[in-house]
Amino acid sequence: MPANRFNGYSEYGVGIGLRIPHYHHIFEKKPVVDWFEIISENFMVDGGRPLYVLDQILDRYRVVQHGVSMYFGSAEALNREHLRRLKTLVKRTKTPWLTDHLCWGSVDGRYSHDLLPMPYTLEAARKTAQKIREARDFLEVPICVENVSSYAEFHVSEMTEWEFLTEVVEEADCGILLDVNNIYVSSRNHSFDPLQYLNNVPQERVAQIHIAGHSKFKKYILDTHDHAPIDPVWKLYGRAIELLGPTATLLEWDDLIPSFDEVHHEALKARKFLQPKSPVQSAAASVNQFAKSGAYMAEKAGI
Amino acid sequence: MGLEQLQRAVLEVIQQPLTDSEGMRKRTLDGKPVKKIVDAIIKPNERLTSFERLEIYNRVYWFRLLSSLADDYPGLRAVIGQRNFDKLLVAYLRDCPSESFTLRNLGSRLEPWLRDHPEFAPRRHPIAMDMVRLEWADIEAFDGKAEPALRPEDLSAGAGPDLRLKLQPYIQLLDLRYPVDDLLLGVRKDDEDTEFASNVFQERRKHKRVQAVAKLKPAEIYLVVHRVDYTVYFRRIDREEFLILSALRQGKPLGKAIEIAFRKSSIARQERASSVQAWFQHWAALGWFCRAEKKTKNH
Repeated sequence: MPANRFNGYSEYGVGIGLRIPHYHHIFEKKPVVDWFEIISENFMVDGGRPLYVLDQILDRYRVVQHGVSMYFGSAEALNREHLRRLKTLVKRTKTPWLTDHLCWGSVDGRYSHDLLPMPYTLEAARKTAQKIREARDFLEVPICVENVSSYAEFHVSEMTEWEFLTEVVEEADCGILLDVNNIYVSSRNHSFDPLQYLNNVPQERVAQIHIAGHSKFKKYILDTHDHAPIDPVWKLYGRAIELLGPTATLLEWDDLIPSFDEVHHEALKARKFLQPKSPVQSAAASVNQFAKSGAYMAEKAGI
Repeated sequence: MGLEQLQRAVLEVIQQPLTDSEGMRKRTLDGKPVKKIVDAIIKPNERLTSFERLEIYNRVYWFRLLSSLADDYPGLRAVIGQRNFDKLLVAYLRDCPSESFTLRNLGSRLEPWLRDHPEFAPRRHPIAMDMVRLEWADIEAFDGKAEPALRPEDLSAGAGPDLRLKLQPYIQLLDLRYPVDDLLLGVRKDDEDTEFASNVFQERRKHKRVQAVAKLKPAEIYLVVHRVDYTVYFRRIDREEFLILSALRQGKPLGKAIEIAFRKSSIARQERASSVQAWFQHWAALGWFCRAEKKTKNH
């Protein structure tokens, strides 16, 4: 697995999201799972069962925090109470990296509780990057931002989504949580080539990958996380692994959640892409990664 | 259009209540044409107009927030009925949009809001108020802070009229005019059973629930919403118990708290000491007390 500074130089395998319907199974059967992703907001509380459950999980498993309401892209300042609670949780979980979305969702202290798409402008990229830096400095943990599924585009946009993502992560010097399902969903909603997106992501910054299922409607696709990823998403994932090398991967399943075994079994399908098929391919992936890192460092050094 | 201006315009449209057919309104509540606003901001594509693209977010906003509140307030829905409940939630969210990063706090202003808007709980406002207070207390007790509990022997060692005891932060004290605790437990049990029931069975349950609410007679009850082994329980207590615990929560010393509790008590004088002793033993066994910071007197 490519360990890099954005995932705390860790080598995680295939994880699944920690969800309430699976608690009983996890505590009773103690299944072997590479790692769990928790939704930070579910555990940013003062006490009670959520923290009790979390401590039990932390005793046995590796955990990475994933947030849904930091809203780095909102024009307003970061919510200090949110940050304070998040830092308390970071200390508890010792998450090696922390993720949230490249989106906005609040204005004047009023929250949408949704992952709203960014206008792809330089102004937005710079403000967003500044907030990511502020959060990282306060939280003292590497931050990775996730590309979201979107259903609307803005007239004011000056660049493509992948150019905007690159602008933000370079300016903030942060990592990327690459959601291949979101790339697929947005590519269908906005008629772009998902491979073009994938090929243009700053690969040396990708610390983690998300895969998930979505729902197809007559005129658009919605990111619903209510069933398994479809084949085209797995193919896109396979291509991502070819480009990036084996990367920490997590299956999201948030609605109509089936049994633990079914979710875990689905997630483990990622392993056939993560395990290099031959020593030659393995060496090629390493060389590819090494070359990209070298090119990146040379560029940064102005060589 | 700058980032802040754009986001404010979009959120304003997204937070507009949906039409009866769950679509986006053609005009904002203050009469502005939505199409004109949206066309200026959102690009259309070959399948969807600008209006239709933003409508997706408008619908998701309302479905998500209404579903979250419906999960938190099944008792209120049972009291006022589904149609009134739907209207109430939309009006509440319009007046009190979320100001927290977590959906957990979405109902935090429902009690004061409903107090000022009895028209949304026609004929059942007092029961609805009690139910909202209970359901919010349940949320607070579920994930409220717990501090190291005092043991019964800690209590007896330092007992005296000046002793200040602190209640666990997660404990919620309620004085209610209707026995809504039984009603809420019944609603929850029905909801659990209904998951596996046929439509006919669900209709019968609904009818039974409406009857139960209609028959609910006023009866003053005092309740502690607390937790044992991370599960929340409703425990009915006597009026005197409620008054002692409330006074202790306000920071009053033990002697004063007991004095307040028995001012208008119907408990016979000779039984009071033994009652207090039994209550404190029980409360301490349940871990309801934690150590209070010592207060120093200014001379």
